[in-house]
Amino acid sequence: MPDHPEVPPTPSAVPAPAPALEVRGLWRRFGHKIAVSGIDLVVPAGSFYGLVGPNGAGKTTTLSMATGLLKPDFGTVLVHGRDLWAAPAEVKQLLGVLPDGVRLFDRLTGAQLITYAGLLHGLDRETVAARTADLLRAMALEADAKTLVVDYSAGMTKKVALACALVHAPRLLVLDEPFEAVDPVSAANIRDILTSYVGSGGTVIVSSHVMDLVQRMCDHVAVIAGGHVLAAGTVDEVRGDVSLEERFVDLVGGRVTGEGLAWLRTSSD
Amino acid sequence: MVAHLLRLKLTLLANGLKRSAWQVVGLVIGVLYGLGALVLVVSGMIALSFADAELRQPVAVLVGSLMVIAWWVVPLISFGVDSTLDPARFVTFAVPRRSLLVGLALAGVVGVPGVITALSSLSIGIVWWRDPLALVTGLVGAAIGLALAIVGSRATTTAALPLVGRRRVREAMAGLAIVPLLLVGPLIGRFSSGVSVGIDDLRGVADVLAWTPFGAPWAIPADVAGRDWGLAAGRAGVALGVLALAAWVWAKALAYGLVNPPHNEASAKRRGLGWFDRLPATPVGAVTARCLTYWARDPRYALAAAIVPVVPFILWVLDRDGGALLLAGPIAAFLLGWGISADVAYDGSAFWTHVASPVTGRADRWGRVLSAGAIGLPVILLFAVGSALVTDQPEAIPALVGLSLGVLLTGLGVASVVSAYVVYPVQQPGESPFQTRQGASTAALTSQLVGWLALLVISAPEIVLAILAVRAGSLSLGFATVVVGLGLGITVLLLGVRYGGRALERNGPVLLQRILAFS
Repeated sequence: MPDHPEVPPTPSAVPAPAPALEVRGLWRRFGHKIAVSGIDLVVPAGSFYGLVGPNGAGKTTTLSMATGLLKPDFGTVLVHGRDLWAAPAEVKQLLGVLPDGVRLFDRLTGAQLITYAGLLHGLDRETVAARTADLLRAMALEADAKTLVVDYSAGMTKKVALACALVHAPRLLVLDEPFEAVDPVSAANIRDILTSYVGSGGTVIVSSHVMDLVQRMCDHVAVIAGGHVLAAGTVDEVRGDVSLEERFVDLVGGRVTGEGLAWLRTSSD
Repeated sequence: MVAHLLRLKLTLLANGLKRSAWQVVGLVIGVLYGLGALVLVVSGMIALSFADAELRQPVAVLVGSLMVIAWWVVPLISFGVDSTLDPARFVTFAVPRRSLLVGLALAGVVGVPGVITALSSLSIGIVWWRDPLALVTGLVGAAIGLALAIVGSRATTTAALPLVGRRRVREAMAGLAIVPLLLVGPLIGRFSSGVSVGIDDLRGVADVLAWTPFGAPWAIPADVAGRDWGLAAGRAGVALGVLALAAWVWAKALAYGLVNPPHNEASAKRRGLGWFDRLPATPVGAVTARCLTYWARDPRYALAAAIVPVVPFILWVLDRDGGALLLAGPIAAFLLGWGISADVAYDGSAFWTHVASPVTGRADRWGRVLSAGAIGLPVILLFAVGSALVTDQPEAIPALVGLSLGVLLTGLGVASVVSAYVVYPVQQPGESPFQTRQGASTAALTSQLVGWLALLVISAPEIVLAILAVRAGSLSLGFATVVVGLGLGITVLLLGVRYGGRALERNGPVLLQRILAFS
């Protein structure tokens, strides 16, 4: 840090490893609407990072820019210290992505789709075949491996997309709403997979608006609203003494209090 | 309630127009098209009212029947029924079914086709202005006819929904429906020149139609004008009876459909990984395998492939004795080569898979080119050789093969560049292939025209050589066409893949955002 040369070297003088994801001054405008205005995020390597915010906060836009799907107007994205937008082909090898609200190549069967994702990342045939089988088993999709993805339910589609994001063993996983429409049993299985992935040195970023889930699952969290980061840090730092949900409502605001719909009381008539 | 539904429909239309300028353009085009048809019908009916009284009934019945049949059948094959007011959206509201039906039926008239049909019906009724009694029955008949058209169309579509709701059935029907449409033009051309349809034939058809629900309402006033009360009552019975039946079927099907939404059953299981097993395990091999799978499994590609065999047939119908058939190879080469110019648009938002992966633009381009080429090559060779043999000009084979190869390779090369720059709204997989997306922009049109022009200019050498070779029946010129076509074609293809690949790597995220913005 050139600005602070006087900082004495700490006992563990080894330079800290580059964060898994470092986002600096990210801006993006759509027409007249500024979706993301100057977001800074540092996601330490090996963390399980939650990104929470109300609808329309800019979560998806931020994650799209952090994964190479959307070009930022301004700002830089560093993945393990390497600039994504300067060398997309190399950096994308490190990334596993699950976007929200997009289609898949759904005329392929589940097994074909995972194979396709693996081959696009340059894996060889044997590796792809072995990993596809493992992933189908882990996602409980074995029985439907040969069904077209277009005939999958919403939850199954999410799971097969997650399998595609995992197949090349990325170092950083970026998942946009990974648990939406997924049944509780599958969600628990996916959480186990992600937790052990983090345990073995991988980094996961999930966006969600289920606070309870983020509080239980993640060790770091950032709250964003209106295209800004309102708070970021470890989950305990951000929530303080209250639950993450209470803290979130405090930060974001917008609760409507008062008598409200008095006539809705069914006992009143 | 009925007024509410009408107001809702108008509000929805107005909001749609506010949302996008292209919707306004679409509406204007629709209105112009509709006005054209309306002017045709109204002026025809005015002329008819001054013409021979004998002609009035058959012509009125024919025109009216055509209208009703169109309302009943067109939405079935094109599934283009206006679902602005989807009954399923009203499930949770306590709307009495009778009000819902009347409201939806009246709302069906609001809109370009509805208004045009209503005015056309009115003009058919007014044909009988000379006889006050016939005029009144004419107007009543027109109202019944209009009701039959709209209620009948709702009844057929709602009743067919459980069947049509299945993906396979819908895709197969939509694919098949385009074949007769393609043939209509050439067939009319052939028959209009050969066979003359006499007025007596028309009268015969009209007599039959007048006893069907399609024609009955339009035939009543003629019976009244002839004071033939029995006939009039009979036809009124047919029309009103079927109207009541259609309303009943609609009500029943709606009641059933609202609580039993169409269920998508899973398709049959497939063995193995298909093309992924057979092609090399590289990014290029993977993209090729995916595209080949899509050519068979995605109705949009399957449809494009299904049109190709129709090409020689149309050429043969158009010009049975001449040499037009010789064009089959080059035209198929153009269709198949240029076909991949919309490939990224056809991927839709699934294209993110490529953007998010480290796959190179060149691998992406090669995969698409190889799959289209693998399908195109045998087809164009077959067409080129076959058309020369059928027309008994075997000396034209080298020229045709050379030209077809040149056009295919050049088309693939140019399309590889175009599709890395331009995406436009196309129907998404699962949508009806007839449903043209709104906002097919000027960019789309310009890119197509520029691409065609480039294709024409670049393949000009082999085109000229091929024409000279076929005219002169010269084999040496024919072989020169092969050399030039292959040489030029391969050069353009290599350059196109290289340049298009680089452009794709640069533009990938931009293209993806544009695709996402369409939906």
